[in-house]
Amino acid sequence: MRPWISSLLLCLGLGACSGGSGAPKEIVVGQYGSLTGSQATFGLSTRNGITIATDEQNAAGGIAGVPIAMVVEDDQGKAEEAATAVNKIISRDRPVAVLGEVASTNSLAAAPLLQAAGIPMISPSSTNPEVTRKGDYIFRVCFIDPFQGTAAAKFAYNTKGLRNVAILKDVKSDYSMGLGKYFSETFTALGGTIAGEEAYAQQDIDFKAQLTSLIAKNPDGLFIPGYYTDVGLIARQARESGFTGPLIGGDGWDSEELVKIGDKAIIGGFFTNHYSVDDPNPIVQDFISKYVAKFNTKPDGLAALGYDAAKILYRAMEDVAKDPKILAGLADRSSVPATEASRKAARAALRDRIAATRDYPGVTGIITIDAERNAQKPAVVVEVSAEGTRFVESIAP
Amino acid sequence: MTLLLQQLLNGLSLGAIYALIALGYTMVYGTLQLINFAHGEVYMMGAFVALYLARALGVDEAPTIPGVIAVALGAMAACAILGMTIERVAYRPLRRASRLNLLITAIGVSLLLQNVALIAFGALQSFPSLLPEAQWEILPGVALRSNDVLTLSVTLVLMVILTFIVERTQMGRAMRAVSHSRDTAALMGIPVNRVVSFTFAIGSTLAGAAAFLIAVDKHLIRPDMGMTGGLKAFVAAVLGGIGSIPGAVAGGLLLGISETLVSGYIASTYRDAIAFLLLIVILLYRPAGLFGRSTVEKV
Repeated sequence: MRPWISSLLLCLGLGACSGGSGAPKEIVVGQYGSLTGSQATFGLSTRNGITIATDEQNAAGGIAGVPIAMVVEDDQGKAEEAATAVNKIISRDRPVAVLGEVASTNSLAAAPLLQAAGIPMISPSSTNPEVTRKGDYIFRVCFIDPFQGTAAAKFAYNTKGLRNVAILKDVKSDYSMGLGKYFSETFTALGGTIAGEEAYAQQDIDFKAQLTSLIAKNPDGLFIPGYYTDVGLIARQARESGFTGPLIGGDGWDSEELVKIGDKAIIGGFFTNHYSVDDPNPIVQDFISKYVAKFNTKPDGLAALGYDAAKILYRAMEDVAKDPKILAGLADRSSVPATEASRKAARAALRDRIAATRDYPGVTGIITIDAERNAQKPAVVVEVSAEGTRFVESIAP
Repeated sequence: MTLLLQQLLNGLSLGAIYALIALGYTMVYGTLQLINFAHGEVYMMGAFVALYLARALGVDEAPTIPGVIAVALGAMAACAILGMTIERVAYRPLRRASRLNLLITAIGVSLLLQNVALIAFGALQSFPSLLPEAQWEILPGVALRSNDVLTLSVTLVLMVILTFIVERTQMGRAMRAVSHSRDTAALMGIPVNRVVSFTFAIGSTLAGAAAFLIAVDKHLIRPDMGMTGGLKAFVAAVLGGIGSIPGAVAGGLLLGISETLVSGYIASTYRDAIAFLLLIVILLYRPAGLFGRSTVEKV
């Protein structure tokens, strides 16, 4: 699509500008996520978190006076749609950076495309280690599964005193399989045993067969590293099958839908997460109050990570935009579009600046981007209650 | 041993749902030689109708026996109407067209319904508890759940009623005649359109029953449930011999049990792979399915 058509379309969408030729400059940032589908709350929360950061930035004058235009594409929570959505954003909107996804499988599908195009991508919350190995333009602001699995195993062994845990993981999800593996490694290294491991496939509704054979092995805890929809159903069926021990999981549980689906069965379950709404830290409370004011609900961990990812990106942009040549490369959709070479140089500078993020005080903890482009930060363990989640403990890396 | 019995019970209740949906595929195929890919979506719509009906009647807050029965019958009736409408609007105009056109239309209707549901109902909704849930220990270590009893008995009763309709009633005889030769049946004065409509209505009613049963048991419904449920049921129908009523039930139960046993004893990671491999092997030895009659295609 020709640039003037896309800027015209954007004008229609935003209703903020008067005509084609006099269109103001904008810095285009892309975003893809699961706005519909079975992981819809992931994408919606992330989008809301990013929206708060973008509004804040634009209210403060954008990037060196140039406003940020956010382009959002829905991938329905499917890997093939994620690739399509990102291709669409790359070719139609020519963004300087892209934010997304939550589910690792979807990030893995889109990351190679962005790497090839030389566009920095920050995943707010994909925890599978493979994601950032796709190339030097791919970053994340969350911890990775080896650490999350370790934290969950330490919590199960040390805090809950469990010694014989069964695992039920999602064979269709890179995230779930990875988390299950790292949990099992740490748990056995600590001295515990894995009673049994079974798998299901996302979208299953019947887990009785797996649960029956796991429960027959008398585990004292059940680790379910899945996503909230499946976890809610598994919790119900585990309790129906007579299992009474604690249920433990990862950040895939983090959705208000979890309690609606799992009802009484999931209450009292524990999961590792990126932040806790009970945290008294003023940065956290400030974010929560802004979020509640705009969206009328408390932000989950994914919203907080979306916010942090966007903030880190905008901070890096502000820094590199001090050089007017780079600012010209970042800003597009003006009457004289930037040349491809200057755009490329601007994106490379942006990449280097994101990679150099050190000790950024985010909502989800102090974030340092390491040499593998992952974030080093602690995990929290929260307990599921009828009203939301309750902070239990923090586990340092 | 108790573990095996428990797994068999798990498999039976899962298979009963596949069987109910498979009956719809088999009936339509039996009369029209059409694989109605939209059937899974009729089943999905049934679940959402049940949800909204339960809310409208206030049954979700305070379940009463007549209220719950009304929800179940309402979902079945809505499915019947939807099934007949799809046939009237999408399939009937193409009845004389090639079978491939019909098949593609069926896939189109399926995608249309699924996406309309996604927009109208959202990605997923939890379904209220309408029935008391009890379980009894029939043997030490083997629990029988009230929902399983309900699912199995409803499936068996509906299968008996269906067999009675097809074998013993005037309409059933007409259905068999249309199945045998549509043109000859029309020449004999059989109202083919009405018979086909009736077939769709019956098949869709069963899908509505399956939807109600799954919704009250699993408490979660979503617009893509027809895709996975429909696919498994379609396989069950083929396995039992598509066009055969006892075949659909046997195929559904067999698929449910084989999935459960593979999950429970071999490797849940490879559940679908192994369960489907088993089906391929069965079809290699009995290409027409367990209860199907192999026919020679007239050229």
